[in-house]
Amino acid sequence: MSTPMVNAQGVHKRFGRQEVLQGITLAVQPGEVMCLLGPSGSGKSTFLRCINHLEKINAGRLFVDGELVGYRQVGEKLHELRESEVARKRAHIGMVFQHFNLFPHMTALENVACAPIRVKKVAREQARAHACELLGRVGLADKLAAYPAQLSGGQQQRVAIARALAMEPKLMLFDEPTSALDPELVGEVLQVMKQLASDGMTMIVVTHEMGFAREVADEVVFMDGGIVVECGKPAAVLANPQHERTRAFLSKVL
Amino acid sequence: MSSPEVTSGTGRPDDIVAVPVRRPGRWIAAAIILVIAAALVRSVVTNPRFEWSVVGEYLFDHRILEGLLVTIELTVISMAIGVALGVLLAVMRVSSNPLVSRASWLYIWFFRGTPVLVQLLFWYNIAALYPKLALGVPFGPALVHPDVNTLITAFRAAVLGLGLNEGAYMAEIVRAGMISVDEGQTDAAQSLGMTRVQTLRRIVLPQAMRVIIPPTGNETISMLKTTSLASVITVTELLYSSEQIFAVNYKTIQLLIVASFWYIVCTSVLYVGQHYLERYYGRGSSREANARQSLRMEALTSPYEEGGR
Repeated sequence: MSTPMVNAQGVHKRFGRQEVLQGITLAVQPGEVMCLLGPSGSGKSTFLRCINHLEKINAGRLFVDGELVGYRQVGEKLHELRESEVARKRAHIGMVFQHFNLFPHMTALENVACAPIRVKKVAREQARAHACELLGRVGLADKLAAYPAQLSGGQQQRVAIARALAMEPKLMLFDEPTSALDPELVGEVLQVMKQLASDGMTMIVVTHEMGFAREVADEVVFMDGGIVVECGKPAAVLANPQHERTRAFLSKVL
Repeated sequence: MSSPEVTSGTGRPDDIVAVPVRRPGRWIAAAIILVIAAALVRSVVTNPRFEWSVVGEYLFDHRILEGLLVTIELTVISMAIGVALGVLLAVMRVSSNPLVSRASWLYIWFFRGTPVLVQLLFWYNIAALYPKLALGVPFGPALVHPDVNTLITAFRAAVLGLGLNEGAYMAEIVRAGMISVDEGQTDAAQSLGMTRVQTLRRIVLPQAMRVIIPPTGNETISMLKTTSLASVITVTELLYSSEQIFAVNYKTIQLLIVASFWYIVCTSVLYVGQHYLERYYGRGSSREANARQSLRMEALTSPYEEGGR
């Protein structure tokens, strides 16, 4: 088997005294789509933020594409990475947020072209042309000049996906991408994500959309209280959960 | 009796034309204000002691205009120092390095804690404390020895005093602006691989500007008038120029009116400047302003639109 894209081994994360992640062990293979399910406060989003080092883990090991996240191992010792090294690694991981977090002072086009220009030092014209193409791909070719405030939630989230894709990531993290959307706008965002999955992107998706998980995920992971309660093929976990906790959760959301 | 006509021929209801509510309070208030204003104008015009001809005579006096120029110079240079220092101190204040953030806190504490007039007098008399300045290797040989008394002129003392003091206030304004930007913005920028400096410069500060500009305009207007304190350390700015004239001719009130006139003119100009700055940094915030700007943007990006389809 090839190197997993994400490999977590006993990942722990504390906020003060509260242990949010209590030993997460899982692996995501390249090209795979993994959905993280679970009640709020179960640590799904925190785990996602650990993967691109927006949060520092307290114990365990976390690898992305075979490389340790946030540290360099020299012999037995771990050395913290410099900020620029962390930034360089983050550039290969796209992230989409619940509240979109588009840059409100930039147009859709500028939002998408900004990071390639500033981080990858792509020529301005080239970055803008690529941004246009990406916005076209998410169905927003006519919204290039719109500011985020002029777009619907669904459109904003699609711009956010295009913005993440502009860095040509090898892994995409979605943190409840449809939770802040009106029900009728959820579909357009999921459609874009399905397309992305079928194009072979490696994706980790924190979601409450069970339909999406069933249809698109290669593997679903049910988390609660900072641990992985159960994981497996979506058909198995969603239709025939083995644990009481999973059953209780699914009976409420399905 | 027939009911009033509601619809015209097309079936769409006509716009409502109603008799407005009477507001006698407004008429009474207007009358009172008019009477007071008339009385004020009358006294200003008829009181011969105003000597408006003297005011007119000195309004464009070369000493006044030169003083005005110094006032403007002082304001611009001091604010420039204040803003630059303010951004630096604000960034230091939120630094993860505890030494740096405490140094910034200490600076702000000290300069906000002492009156600016005292600071001006202090800088004016700095030569009493350090008669010689030595520039060179720290603890090593000095390369130049400027004489502090000639180096720190009254004007430079005023710039130092006003600018360094302003930096402390601007620091708090900039910091408030930075705090006002949602943390999700930093998350998003960092997840795209931006460094902390890039995030600050490209994402956080431009958004913070919306919050920073109005109080900064306020500070500039305040600074314009605070420069009059420099008259105490013999800087011939607008107020001191007026004082020098009325010290000779005793037309005190008239020259104070002349000075006030120019202060108001400058303040009004600043109002206009602030309006345009606010509009620029407010882009992307209100839908109405957006519509205007996107028309312009569409014209700029249209070649790509075709490529994107």
